[in-house]
Amino acid sequence: MTDIEAVWRHESGRVLATLIRLLGDFDQAEEALHDAFLAASKQWPKTGVPANPRAWLVSAGRFKAIDRIRRRAKFGEIAREIAAIEEEAWMPGDAEPIADDALRLIFTCCHPEIPADARIALTLREVAGLTTEEIAAAFLARTPAIAQRIVRAKNRIRELALPYEVPEPDQLTERLDAVLHVIYLVFNEGYSASHGEAAIRGELCAEAIRLCRQLVELRPEPDALGLLALLLLQDARRAARVAPEGDIVLLADQDRSLWDRAQVAEGTALVRRAFAQQPVAAYTIEAAIAAVHCAAESAGETDWAEIAALYDLLRRADSSPVVELNRAVAIAMRDGPEAGLALVEALLARGELGRFRYAHAARADLLRRLGRHAEARAAYGTALQFTEQEAERRFLAGRIRALAN
Amino acid sequence: MRYVCLVHMGHDIFKDFTEADGRQLDRDSLDYDRELEAAGHFVAAQALQGPESAVLVKVRNGEISTTDGPFSETKEYLGGFILVEARDMNEAIRIAAGIPLAKLGTIEVRPIYTIPDPERP
Repeated sequence: MTDIEAVWRHESGRVLATLIRLLGDFDQAEEALHDAFLAASKQWPKTGVPANPRAWLVSAGRFKAIDRIRRRAKFGEIAREIAAIEEEAWMPGDAEPIADDALRLIFTCCHPEIPADARIALTLREVAGLTTEEIAAAFLARTPAIAQRIVRAKNRIRELALPYEVPEPDQLTERLDAVLHVIYLVFNEGYSASHGEAAIRGELCAEAIRLCRQLVELRPEPDALGLLALLLLQDARRAARVAPEGDIVLLADQDRSLWDRAQVAEGTALVRRAFAQQPVAAYTIEAAIAAVHCAAESAGETDWAEIAALYDLLRRADSSPVVELNRAVAIAMRDGPEAGLALVEALLARGELGRFRYAHAARADLLRRLGRHAEARAAYGTALQFTEQEAERRFLAGRIRALAN
Repeated sequence: MRYVCLVHMGHDIFKDFTEADGRQLDRDSLDYDRELEAAGHFVAAQALQGPESAVLVKVRNGEISTTDGPFSETKEYLGGFILVEARDMNEAIRIAAGIPLAKLGTIEVRPIYTIPDPERP
């Protein structure tokens, strides 16, 4: 990677965020960002990378934008914007407002006025710097569909003149929820390995963590702390989750020496910090569960009583059937497969999880452990019906074969 | 990544154009090419003569056959193209939106396809 490419990776999102604030328009800011990097690619090989490349790029981009507006004004377009841009107070080297700009931009991209499916795409492109094509690949969507979603979201920002600002304290909690949810989805998309290239998936996880870190640095709200802890603890196990051939390795079978211990330590410390604040967020409880898993030297040493207790707590914060399912699995580990099976079957009888592959796979696994092999095979078969992802299909088919012998 | 911006125009878009309007459009179009060039986006651009100047060629069973362009049946025709270098599809869309003729016609943005060369895998 050349110096300029490295700077692009680290700085383009933040430079863009500041240019959007200064110019008040996404497209003009993107043009200016492009111009600034073009100028850098001409000048830096001769002069070296400046001490503060971000300030240099913002300054160059702003200058180019003014220049461009002036030039266009000659062809009859109005140029009253120039005065506004030139008046805008901005001092190179002033790091604080720039850090705030990145945060402002996330809040704008995740604004409730923007359709939920466009928020992720817009955040990934404008804040994380991914290309339209990369986003489409990560979400297994067509590039033109993602591109139009982004265009429409930007139009909406312009039409409604959505402000670039961190919301006032009275709205912050609600708006922060939307931002954290987008970060959570970005991470899951990278982590769940359902599709897409491995390299892009890893980048999505890294970006989600970076965004969450920024949020925590600027607003250490309990929810944000909890989410950062959760992402770090999940991501710490990423290398051990997939075998070299691409097959899924279950938590119980993972080589725990592959876990990133430094990240586990950081995540665990964050869980403690988040738990000290009220109210305890759902993300924090999920992170605490991950921390208990990470604390076990081997699968056999996992403290299932603690995990089951945390799921009881989580159920109060988030009563979704998926949480109930995970709780049932934890109880099965604590009290034996029979207790878990009763809970899973009661859940399936409620109907909401009828097409959820993990519910059928969990039931199959409990039946298998109880020695009810024919029923287990049938349940794995049902799970297989609802599974599209190749590695998961191989895993389930393998289980069915093993039970046939 | 390269994208081609294909400029599709209706037959009647210039019907209310004065000569001065036409000159202005030509100037704006050339200016935009220069602007793209300065920004490092420009690869190539051409305007095309009208579809009545076209000949369609095909070879079947080794024989060349030609017909007039299908200008009379189609409402829209290809008026020109700009080949650009852009970071991604959304940047290409932004560039396309700046083409002066986008206000009169429709710009089709297509990523270029590189034919895999078996000699150079």
